[in-house]
Amino acid sequence: MMLDSLYQEIILDHYKHPHGRGLRDPYDGEAHHVNPTCGDEITVRVPADFSDISYDGLGCSISQASASVMHELLIGKSAGEIAGIHEAFVELMQGRGQIEPDEDVLGDAIAFAGVSKFPARVKCALLPWMAFKDAAARAGVDVGASPEVKA
Amino acid sequence: MTFDVARIRADFPILQREINGHPLVYLDSANTSQKPRQVLEAMRLHNERHNGNVSRSVHTLGTEATTAYEEARAKVAAFINAGTPDEIVFTKNSTEALNLVAHSAGQYLALKPGDEIVISEMEHHSNIVPWQLLCERTGATLRWFGITDDGRLDESSLAELINERTRLVSLVHMSNTLGTINDLSRIVARSREVGALVTLDCSQSVPHLPVDVRGLGVDFIAFTGHKMLGPTGIGVLWGRFELLAKMPPFLGGGSMIETVTMTGTTYAAPPARFEAGTPPIAEAIGLGAAVDYLNELGMVAVHQHEQDITAYALKALADVPGVRIFGPATPEGRGGTVSFAVDGVHPHDVGQVLDALGVEVRVGHHCAKPTCVRFGVPAMTRASFYLYTTTDEIDALARGLDQVRKVFG
Repeated sequence: MMLDSLYQEIILDHYKHPHGRGLRDPYDGEAHHVNPTCGDEITVRVPADFSDISYDGLGCSISQASASVMHELLIGKSAGEIAGIHEAFVELMQGRGQIEPDEDVLGDAIAFAGVSKFPARVKCALLPWMAFKDAAARAGVDVGASPEVKA
Repeated sequence: MTFDVARIRADFPILQREINGHPLVYLDSANTSQKPRQVLEAMRLHNERHNGNVSRSVHTLGTEATTAYEEARAKVAAFINAGTPDEIVFTKNSTEALNLVAHSAGQYLALKPGDEIVISEMEHHSNIVPWQLLCERTGATLRWFGITDDGRLDESSLAELINERTRLVSLVHMSNTLGTINDLSRIVARSREVGALVTLDCSQSVPHLPVDVRGLGVDFIAFTGHKMLGPTGIGVLWGRFELLAKMPPFLGGGSMIETVTMTGTTYAAPPARFEAGTPPIAEAIGLGAAVDYLNELGMVAVHQHEQDITAYALKALADVPGVRIFGPATPEGRGGTVSFAVDGVHPHDVGQVLDALGVEVRVGHHCAKPTCVRFGVPAMTRASFYLYTTTDEIDALARGLDQVRKVFG
């Protein structure tokens, strides 16, 4: 059934038991993003050294699980490493199911490969990642060129 | 005559489709309705045989197109019991119709700081934003009715809310989110008392129940073709003729003029004054065919069928554990649009699982964010019904919700 590729166990686990959820201090940059079509919202906070990535939001399983996976994957990494992972995730999401994800780079985020087959849900998965990028920029750290988000 | 849903469904080719390996269960008619063969055929026939531009050609095709376009206007006028077809302005959709009122009636009223416009928390964004823009332009103040816990307009402060400063009141006839059918008699009476104009957003009511504009006693109503078996791209503004006749144009251009010189222009009488440019001709004709289709069934019968389906659905949903219905819990004073929450599951996920089973519902804020906020949720799942909806389809929805609970349980 098509649903299985969307709702992978890993995604449902992160949704039901989110990692690192809740807004924390200290931080240097904060961004609040909204998906105007569905009303989903997320706020992401980061200190400039990415020793924490805290977030809070309202949204579907895909956007909330994506935030949890992102927290785990990016926390404590360097700006350079983050830029690479960020780019790989965005590329995966825009791949319309055609890209084979690299688990060494993306970890649990490979579970989102199936989401890219559902154009209406790609924006859900990307919402926390775009908010993170903005928060990082506001903390004075560039984590890569902003790709055009298609959904 | 009994209401033969099976026979009606045979007129809608799309209802034969399968979605993700399941028979299509289309529960999103409040978003857009499906179209019967009769409407598709009328548009095809027009384009294949009678296409010409309207109101400007002496040739045969132009004359045929003009006749068909004006016949559609007359059908729409009769459908809502308008005084004359000249009270029917064809627009792109309800949104454009409401913007037309905000612009042209707003200008006619010469609104200024101190004047008040009254709407409600129950409105679609299309009946909020044009008034916010009008208030920004004129300095008038926007005020609104709240919603009661059971999803009705809160009229407790009616006498204060609509007062001698109120110039215009614009309210939804039937909520696109809660399904509430508003009894507007007290509000209309109070508006008349203070001399305010009244506009109704009838996008969800005209397609589903008998609407008589003279009986409602209001000044303007807006509705749209694609929610009443017609095509997209055609909407309707009905306005009292003597008001339309006093209002300045909305858009300027071809067809809306009396005469044009390089130094100035005089305007045509309504409805032409408000129909600048080539209109959606085939779409208007399609809407006329949709009106014929609805008339043949009878709006009383259509409404009764939907009341029966709604009663069935409210009961079926109440029986699903963890489902909370927003809006009136019984079929009285509500239509066939039911929004609900599934405990612990986001509407997007509900909609996704249902789609995998061929059940098409809408999820999100339904262009009515203030209504969602009023009930403390960012989004809702909405099932909406029409003349082709069956109890089997409601059962499929209920089974789908069981599946939702399994996936996210």
